[in-house]
Amino acid sequence: MKLSVQINEGPYQHQATDTAYHFTKAALENGHEVMRVFFYHDGVLNGTRLTTPPQDDRHIVNRWVELAEKYNLDLVLCVAAAQRRGLVDDGEAERNKKNATNIQEPFRISGLGQLIEAAIQSDRLVVFGD
Amino acid sequence: MADLFTVNKSPFEKNSLENAIKFSTEGASILLIEDGVYGASKGTACESMITGAAGKKFYALKSDLKARGIADDRLIDGVEVVDYAGFVELVCSTDKTQAWL
Amino acid sequence: MSDIKKFMYLNRRAPYGTIYAWESLEVVLIGAAFDQEVSLMFADDGVYQLVKGCDTSESDMKNFMPTYRTLGDYGVRYMYVDQASLEARGLTADDLIEVAWEDWETEEEVDNIVEVVDSAKVTELMAESDVVFSF
Repeated sequence: MKLSVQINEGPYQHQATDTAYHFTKAALENGHEVMRVFFYHDGVLNGTRLTTPPQDDRHIVNRWVELAEKYNLDLVLCVAAAQRRGLVDDGEAERNKKNATNIQEPFRISGLGQLIEAAIQSDRLVVFGD
Repeated sequence: MADLFTVNKSPFEKNSLENAIKFSTEGASILLIEDGVYGASKGTACESMITGAAGKKFYALKSDLKARGIADDRLIDGVEVVDYAGFVELVCSTDKTQAWL
Repeated sequence: MSDIKKFMYLNRRAPYGTIYAWESLEVVLIGAAFDQEVSLMFADDGVYQLVKGCDTSESDMKNFMPTYRTLGDYGVRYMYVDQASLEARGLTADDLIEVAWEDWETEEEVDNIVEVVDSAKVTELMAESDVVFSF
């Protein structure tokens, strides 16, 4: 079955992204397709490469990266939500004249249309939030 | 078939469980995750929300129960424990998933 | 499955205290570019999103009330309000904004698409949707 996942909360503050991660991993391991993981609201904070948790804690950002690399997963941060919260890739840095970027590959920044498209094309949309 | 409702709030904090039950159809599945699993324990002031809900099936996520020290013998009768693979299975076997945050 | 899906945006949060109401509205606006059947459901504290007379000038928050009034132009055909949530908060339909809708092709017009519905209807409407967005 083709699934998509929406995540509304940032890492560490709320369990939503942990739950979404374990759900997504289980779906992939059980042979389902995950078309897209869409990060909205504070969820975009999952995509910064500057995240540095203490060594005895899980690394939520790296965990997404590893899952994405293994399964070629599409990790999308909403551009409007990302701009508000200071998540910047090369394109956004150039457009908004910022002197730094902080996005972690393979996360990508794109529009809300990606969420709508995922909802249309997937058999199920599963939302994780506060 | 009917929908899957996920509830991630303690029933003592917010009305998500109460209203997920209220607004779900006969035959709906209600999965308690995160702090929502507190609603699955028996002997609480909120127990009747689940014991009094006829025609709905209740599930609780195993790892969240364990993290919160809710042993199987504390669960309300009829609440089924599922792991993440079971969560995925519930999503796929129901019509759609509604998150009652 | 047909290409047209029934989308329902489920709004259960008050405006201003958190950004959820405003950012979920942004999804609805962007979603207008896709040809889906769109309805909004307001329940619990979400009913406060439609209350008339909000003035954010002193709080310096973005006032997005005018945006709700334009939703009819953004492909939203139905805006439902849960009656029990409304009554529990001491409100009636008269306290809510009105949103007009017009089909540009058929010129069909509706003066106000905001409709207060009972719990059974809320259940029915949600059950018949293909996708429920939660924020």
